[in-house]
Amino acid sequence: MTVYDLTLAELRAKLDKRELSAVEVTKTYLDRIAATNPALNTFITICNETALAEAQAADQAIAEGKAQALTGLPIAAKDIFNTAGLRTTCASRILDNYVSPYDATAIARIKEQKAVIIGKLNMDEFAMGSSNENSAFGPVRNPWNQDLVPGGSSGGSAASVAARQAVAALGTDTGGSIRQPASHCSVVGLKPTYGRVSRYGVIAYASSLDQVGPVTRDVRDCALMLQAIAGYDPADSTSVNTPVADYQSNLTGNLKGLKIGLPKEYFIEGLDDDVRKAVEQAAEKYRELGAEIIEVSLPHTSYAVACYYLIATAEASSNLARYDGVRYGLRAENAENLVDMYMQTRAAGFGSEVKRRIMLGTYALSSGYYDAYYLKAQKVRTLIRQDFLNAFETVDALLTPVAPTPAFALGEKVNDPLQMYLSDIYTIPVNLAGTCAMSLPCGFSTDERPIGLQLIGKPFDEATLLRTAHAYEQATEWHKRKTEF
Amino acid sequence: MSQSYETVIGLEVHVQLTTNTKIFCGCSKDFGQTPNSQTCPVCLGLPGALPVLNQQVVELAIKTGLATNCQIAPRSIFARKNYFYPDLPKGYQISQFELPICEHGWLDIDLENGERKRIGITRAHMEEDAGKLIHGDTPQTAGNSLVDLNRACTPLLEIVSEPDMRSADEAIDYLKKLHQIVVYLGVCDGNLEEGSFRCDANVSVRPYDQEEFGTRAEVKNINSFRFIKQAIEYEVERQIDLIEGGGKVVQETRLFDSDTGMTRSMRGKEDAHDYRYFPDPDLVPLVISPEWIEKVRATLPELPEVKRGRFVEELGMSDYDAGVLASDRALADYFDACVALGSDAKSCANWIMGEILRKLKETDTEITDVPITPELLTGLLARIADNTISGKIAKTVFEKMWQNGQSADQIIDAEGLKQVTDSGAIEALVDEVVAANPDQVAEYLGGKDKLIGFFVGKVMQASQGKANPGMVNQLLKKKLTGN
Amino acid sequence: MKITRTEVEHVSRLARLALSAEELDSLTGEMDAILGYVEQLATLDTEGIVPTAHAVPMENAFRPDEVKVGFTAEQALSNAPDAAESAFRVGRIIE
Repeated sequence: MTVYDLTLAELRAKLDKRELSAVEVTKTYLDRIAATNPALNTFITICNETALAEAQAADQAIAEGKAQALTGLPIAAKDIFNTAGLRTTCASRILDNYVSPYDATAIARIKEQKAVIIGKLNMDEFAMGSSNENSAFGPVRNPWNQDLVPGGSSGGSAASVAARQAVAALGTDTGGSIRQPASHCSVVGLKPTYGRVSRYGVIAYASSLDQVGPVTRDVRDCALMLQAIAGYDPADSTSVNTPVADYQSNLTGNLKGLKIGLPKEYFIEGLDDDVRKAVEQAAEKYRELGAEIIEVSLPHTSYAVACYYLIATAEASSNLARYDGVRYGLRAENAENLVDMYMQTRAAGFGSEVKRRIMLGTYALSSGYYDAYYLKAQKVRTLIRQDFLNAFETVDALLTPVAPTPAFALGEKVNDPLQMYLSDIYTIPVNLAGTCAMSLPCGFSTDERPIGLQLIGKPFDEATLLRTAHAYEQATEWHKRKTEF
Repeated sequence: MSQSYETVIGLEVHVQLTTNTKIFCGCSKDFGQTPNSQTCPVCLGLPGALPVLNQQVVELAIKTGLATNCQIAPRSIFARKNYFYPDLPKGYQISQFELPICEHGWLDIDLENGERKRIGITRAHMEEDAGKLIHGDTPQTAGNSLVDLNRACTPLLEIVSEPDMRSADEAIDYLKKLHQIVVYLGVCDGNLEEGSFRCDANVSVRPYDQEEFGTRAEVKNINSFRFIKQAIEYEVERQIDLIEGGGKVVQETRLFDSDTGMTRSMRGKEDAHDYRYFPDPDLVPLVISPEWIEKVRATLPELPEVKRGRFVEELGMSDYDAGVLASDRALADYFDACVALGSDAKSCANWIMGEILRKLKETDTEITDVPITPELLTGLLARIADNTISGKIAKTVFEKMWQNGQSADQIIDAEGLKQVTDSGAIEALVDEVVAANPDQVAEYLGGKDKLIGFFVGKVMQASQGKANPGMVNQLLKKKLTGN
Repeated sequence: MKITRTEVEHVSRLARLALSAEELDSLTGEMDAILGYVEQLATLDTEGIVPTAHAVPMENAFRPDEVKVGFTAEQALSNAPDAAESAFRVGRIIE
């Protein structure tokens, strides 16, 4: 087995036993990235120099007996995270040459453990997209089949972990942006409860929905990563000061008495047969493992996409107002006056999907429409959230598909934004409800495209969510299949 | 012609709050620093930065709300006001829109005819200030504007009045009252020139027989009480001329130019009418419990109006004296401290408003730095009251005291200024003076009563000012008339 | 039609986003389709429903009034497209 085939937990053991050094591991990964990135386009920035320096510092810490869970492990971050001294683009031309002067809290936390930041990952521009085709740096390709999209917006995060270019990655999830690409690339992705992980330093798309989470090879790695980044941060007003469980020790494999709900609204027309079969088999597996499977109802599911696209775009239209060419980023030359400078800068700096969402969001907030669109959506959001709280009165977790279909072909949906939006129907309600959910491999379609399973947990009960995922993973082999990359 | 129009004025006052740090980040709000050196990711509006509310801003807002008779909202929220301008780093200003922290307040003003008028306060809300735009004037920057974000994100409380004022004078009365209160509370340094207390005036006119308000113009950039009068009066004239000339007042923002005394339309803000307010998802609701409000209420100082009333009613002072002393919190505190130490209110007030204020002005000193402590002044007043020294000698003692900080007793002893009350000693001096001035004695006896002053002066001079003037007077009369 | 080309043009100005004629055309169609889709929300009765701003209930996040060291002017200006005299430089703004 080669170094890059090892999981985070396995590498940890080898580093601690000095069978490998952090520098060796890092070099292996940098070589592998150099060899594979031209085909996959997963990285926007590769940290050749800084990663090795960080690896040396990690080896020093290990030698001094100061190793922590992530010390010396090469981790990649979606290019939405601010990383001090590194280029931070959010896959946008408007931030093409932006070098951040500060670290996001999640980055600071893994750096505290002396993890090695191996590079910054490609994504949909400003996290707006479900295919990673909306990047100013070109699309990411799915390592299982390069004609397919990897999913989005954290397409680089999922593809890099699937292609073993990083031992784990950080992503963000606003409407499914961790779970959907994880599903399409057959890796594990977790969206924690809103407020569980600090958003400080994460470039905002939709502030009331954005949440940071890990993308990993398996559930144990996911628990280790979440452990490192979770917890209260006084720099984020929406970070919640609630205790963080010991996630790894909760991976007991015991599902006795666990009640899992299947929301009937998720198994309807438009759901691909292979996906349906894979998810139903997963439910069956859970039954075998001792869980009770119960049908539940989330009656407002069909309103979620409409609700999401009003709230997310409204917040985005305001969040992206700061890209005005005054203090950083692109500035259009030869503008006639100030207003012209703004209009030309933003026209040149943003891609078409970002423009579309800024326009939609601006409209939804504009005079005369606020009540009908934004406020109405916030009220519907209450109903959707209530659906989940009601379901969690009877079950401990929900089991659903992640996406209606496996990964689609590059270019297939680029000309139909509404169809693209609808592909997020199973992931969006979770962000609106604010609770936690994860995606884990549960099969392949007849044409060998990965399929993911979504588990949705109670707010702030990531421990049960991870335990439920881990038990399934232990009982199946899907996570062991590797891409040819 | 203008007699047939009524002026309607509402004021929006931006009060810069006296915190150590900005409203949503830990940057210092020291002014006069190198541009952009008081900044961080939050106030520069860098990608990914998030605001966290400064608790002290809330405390000061509650304080101001209570002092202006507002209701403090049990739940209030921050909203984004979206517009583009180079001094606004995020492309939106964090402010409050629906659910501000304070609502439904009022202040009373005293009209010239002696009546009181209540001016309603619609609301007061917390918000962040913008940065500063500087017009370049060096070879490097001519033709450019420069953006300094040191002031960006500093805390403001915007206090919005009802359109209750009917003249520039009423507007000034209201503003002065509000200014006095915020300075008294210590929530604002009150410096108009430096922009710590900024006023925008919404001005409209309407014929007296018209019920609905006329279209208003918002006049910005008025940075002194004098300019407020000028700006409002100019604006009223302009609007009446417009209407009389068959034109219409347009709702717009106008800039006051203190050099010309005129207002002019602001072109730069023409597009910014649709602010697209919505609750800021980066901030959480502010919930203020009744306990919190009471805790803040307990820290409120006695406000000027209450203080003035107390001075009049409890200390028997004149309305004028009470008003002067109550107008400045530090001065009033000084006075209260003296009275508490046993000073006679009336003479103490006279000394503060006379000698103390004169000397402060002469030496350019603040009352808070006055070298004569309330203890020292009280000691001095006591020596006057018990006839140890005369009022005149007291002024000499006062001067010494200002210089060396010694007590009245120390100075009186050291300088030998104790008043002579020994009638034998005074009588001897009287005899000397009478003997030395036979001509004046004759004139006095011939009916020129006023000459008594001459004799008193001579005796006081001979005693180096120390003789008790009352006794001198009495003994002189007795000696001169022989009874 | 949910939205007209003229309205789209107005919105683009509010959003400070210059759009080409082609972009205006395609956006008008796309926004119209999306607004048509979101119209379904209007069919839901939300009378008396409290709007959700955050999915997780939260209130009162404060910071103490203590100074934290921030950037130097050089750091603040490190990404500036144009700077002079320790400030961000833009074209002359006339008020």
